[in-house]
Amino acid sequence: MTGASALALVLALLLVAIAAWTVATRRTFAAVEGFVAYGLLLSIAWVALSAIDVALTEAAIGSGLTGVLLIGAAARLRTSEAALSAERAGVPLRWLAAIASSVVAGAIAIGVLSLPDPTPTLAPAVAEHLPSIGLGNAVTAVLLAYRGIDTLLESIVVVFALIGVWSLAPDPLWGGYPGPRQQADPNGILAYLARVLPPIGVVVGLYIFWVGADFPGGKFQGATILAAMWLLAMMAGLADAPPISRTWLRILLVAGPLLFIAIGFAGALIAGAVLAYPEGYAKLLIKVIEAALVPTLTLTLALLVAGAPERTVR
Amino acid sequence: MSVFLDVFTVAAVSAGAFFFLAGSIGLLRFPDTLSRLHALTKADNLGLGLVVLGLLPRASGLLAALKLVVVWLLVLIASAMVSQMVARVARRGGSPS
Repeated sequence: MTGASALALVLALLLVAIAAWTVATRRTFAAVEGFVAYGLLLSIAWVALSAIDVALTEAAIGSGLTGVLLIGAAARLRTSEAALSAERAGVPLRWLAAIASSVVAGAIAIGVLSLPDPTPTLAPAVAEHLPSIGLGNAVTAVLLAYRGIDTLLESIVVVFALIGVWSLAPDPLWGGYPGPRQQADPNGILAYLARVLPPIGVVVGLYIFWVGADFPGGKFQGATILAAMWLLAMMAGLADAPPISRTWLRILLVAGPLLFIAIGFAGALIAGAVLAYPEGYAKLLIKVIEAALVPTLTLTLALLVAGAPERTVR
Repeated sequence: MSVFLDVFTVAAVSAGAFFFLAGSIGLLRFPDTLSRLHALTKADNLGLGLVVLGLLPRASGLLAALKLVVVWLLVLIASAMVSQMVARVARRGGSPS
């Protein structure tokens, strides 16, 4: 057995074990911990498969950001945890759930195993046309040139998710500051970290966004790092989220998707199809769209974690 | 020359792996939160440091080598801070187990 296949085997076994443990554990917080560990292992698996872009996204969004959101949810559920675990579903219901999930897992397994070998792929076609777009990273080319509509809808969906979170606010607090005001020792270790790390993190986040055209990286991963730096400063009490009624905030939140839509429709007039780019300008337009999406995504992702408004504007 | 570098890489990475193993065993076997943290920081600080040291001769250039060192330094900062915060919660009597 070669080293690579031994690593793949160990990773696969660990992934299945952590997934099973995450499902089986009764405590909410432990399940969240399992989920985060699962995501980090999964990103190692993506690296082993040479899918660095997917690995970065999995680590930043799948494991990091979703993990933070789930930890927040678990903390809110803590008060009802005892009642929840005392409650036990009846035997027929549990059998029904077991059968339903086995059928779904089995169907997916059959689907994956019955794929023709070699798997049909568009990768050679993408690689062939990469020079005409001017990008070096095939993943960015697929995301913004070939499947631009998916990426556009994705960037709108996260804004909708934020509106969904905000709409949990009670009426008197609408337009107020998201989440509780964090208090931390201004001379403590967290405040120190929140002063030392953001300058490095901001550079790394912008770098990952910028190299996305030619190397693994991109706006989503970069924006997650930027959002994490802002959240760190918020948690240390050094910064506060803006009230959700601020006009500049709302403009920035829709600016990225709106510019994407505008360029997409301009493509219909100039290049002959919605979301098509005119010859020779593809890379420029893609970078403009990504640059406009970075502030939108950073604000959206950070404010998703910050939560619904809990304090009024004075 | 390259044989020496290979031996150096193998020795340093193996030593790093040993510290990771020792740290993991300590994390599983030690009785309380503070000693477990103690075991864990050995893996982060020394283990990763030795792995990075061993990989330095293999880096494709000065920039790549610098990136490896920066990764180690960032992990050092993060693990030191997080250990402090976990230890503080543990001392206050909260159980982060």
